[in-house]
Amino acid sequence: MQKASQLHDVTEMGDTTVDLGKGEPIAITAEGLAKSFPGVAAVNGIDLQVKPGELMALLGPSGSGKTTLLRLFAGLETPTAGRILFGDEDATHLPVRERRVGFMFQHYALFKHMSVAENVAYGLRVRPRRLRPSSAEIAKRAEELLELVQLPGLGRRYPAQLSGGQRQRVALARALAVEPRVLLLDEPFGALDAQVRRDLRRWLRELHDRTGHTTLFVTHDQEEALELADRVAILNRGRLEQLGHADDILDHPATPFVAGFVGDAIRLPVTVEAGWISLGRGKVPAPFQFPSGPAELFIRPSDLTLAHSTGHGTFMGKVVGTRRVGSARRAELVLEDGLPSVEVTLPLEHSVAKGEELHLNLLTMRLFQAR
Amino acid sequence: MRETALSESRPLQWLLIAVAVAFLALFLVLPLAAVFVEALHRGVGPLLATYTDADTLSAIWLTLIVAAITVPLNLVFGIAAAWAIAKFEFRGKSLLISLIDLPFSVSPVVSGLTFVLLFGAKGVFGPLLDDWDIKIIFAVPGIVLATVFVTFPFIARELIPLMQEQGTAEEEAALTLGASGLRTFMTVTLPNVRWALLYGVLLCNARAMGEFGAVSVVSGHIRGLTNTMPLQVEILYNEYNFVGAFAVSALLAGLALVTLAAKSLLEWRHAEGLPTARRH
Repeated sequence: MQKASQLHDVTEMGDTTVDLGKGEPIAITAEGLAKSFPGVAAVNGIDLQVKPGELMALLGPSGSGKTTLLRLFAGLETPTAGRILFGDEDATHLPVRERRVGFMFQHYALFKHMSVAENVAYGLRVRPRRLRPSSAEIAKRAEELLELVQLPGLGRRYPAQLSGGQRQRVALARALAVEPRVLLLDEPFGALDAQVRRDLRRWLRELHDRTGHTTLFVTHDQEEALELADRVAILNRGRLEQLGHADDILDHPATPFVAGFVGDAIRLPVTVEAGWISLGRGKVPAPFQFPSGPAELFIRPSDLTLAHSTGHGTFMGKVVGTRRVGSARRAELVLEDGLPSVEVTLPLEHSVAKGEELHLNLLTMRLFQAR
Repeated sequence: MRETALSESRPLQWLLIAVAVAFLALFLVLPLAAVFVEALHRGVGPLLATYTDADTLSAIWLTLIVAAITVPLNLVFGIAAAWAIAKFEFRGKSLLISLIDLPFSVSPVVSGLTFVLLFGAKGVFGPLLDDWDIKIIFAVPGIVLATVFVTFPFIARELIPLMQEQGTAEEEAALTLGASGLRTFMTVTLPNVRWALLYGVLLCNARAMGEFGAVSVVSGHIRGLTNTMPLQVEILYNEYNFVGAFAVSALLAGLALVTLAAKSLLEWRHAEGLPTARRH
């Protein structure tokens, strides 16, 4: 019941207009930003700019430094080197409370002992007297924000009485209340179950399009990053591997790490010889002028198709297993003994048996020289 | 009782309960009852005579003063120590945690003696204090110092595990929302630990009123001046004034029972916020 009503809630945006009072969106920039903790360089020299009004995702495996980078932007960590700019202003040493960032924590960090309305109003209540709106205005504004996040009338509840998705939206309303210049979201959907996640994802995109905040969010879920964000920054071991639109990242991975990290890719060690790659009792042409020597080939399920003829550029794979993925079938293939198996997507009506040999074509080439 | 895989067999359950109840009766209820019976066995008259005796009144008064100074001091120290340990990373943190436990591991008599060695007439600071005409040992300041030392761990110990478990996310949230450090502490940190804090204060208070060993060493047992209730009990008892001794004991035990009742009430109503009462 709970889930059904939530579904309805989040797919329709209300018509409330709230003056978020944030002014023109600004860019936020990291210049050579670094942060090391004793023994680890969590962020290791990152140059990155989130454009005004952009929705950017920081994607990376755990320990890649993405949360540290977000916390550096918020002022919750002090950088060991580099600069942070908010617009043109140097914000490197600006205290947290003066940065005017809306930060949403992974587990929301709602104040347990305060009601939802008090949580949302907190940022306004703690303002110095001369900047503080009257109590009536604060209350009105909290209610408006709760309407914006589609939780009207829940102001008197306590965080413990809310579902995970509702808590997330309260946290967002609380962050928006302070008229932030930028929004920083740490794993905004991390603590939710899959169904609620998908709906909130769409809802957040719509909310962003309406409010226009410069937004940076951290995620380890590539589907979420690639679907939701305008641009995605991929981090690995404290370094920026690639920054680009979803298409760039999926189709033109800049580094072997990105090629292996996105899109269920399998890494195969191969050898390039005079423009040809030997693969599963066959040969495929290497990209133009690719140097001979050891290389790494990344193959995604969608990169392979069944070959209609057994001619040039095809190779063989032996089926070791099949599984059903949504409306398609995936066959697991071994190209050569000792290599990791790759997967190919097949139409549902195409049944294959274990041990069968398939002729294959490679559609997309993602080849990197071995380091 | 719910039957689960971990349940003991019925006879064993009864046996364990019987052992526990018998132990409690023998070692807690019986002595406590004896105190009240002994205090009342000559009737109410002598009892009231004890409570109106000037020296006894002065002991009661001193005990209340010592508790009234000790508890707020340890409230501040305890919160400061717990805050530092739970919310910050620094070198020597584990040493600090061990030091907080020190008063629990050292015999109170030894604690008292260290103060005599420091501030007594022949102590390290003795001549200096004498020059300034400040009396610490055999005076109220010494009693307060010894009590503060002995009861220091109660509040800190109560707060540290809870604060550590709560982490710093809510404080960080308050900071990003524009709150100052003090404001964050008052509106976020403190409300989150309020029940554990009250619990620690109750325990600290109970011990501050009841402390004997350390106070006995530094007090000098001057009647009407430096005797607290536990010391007064000893003096009356040694003078074979059993009714008086038990009358003061009964009062002290009564204070302990009130504290215990308050603590149980807290545990019952706010079990969630108390680390020691928490069950997962």
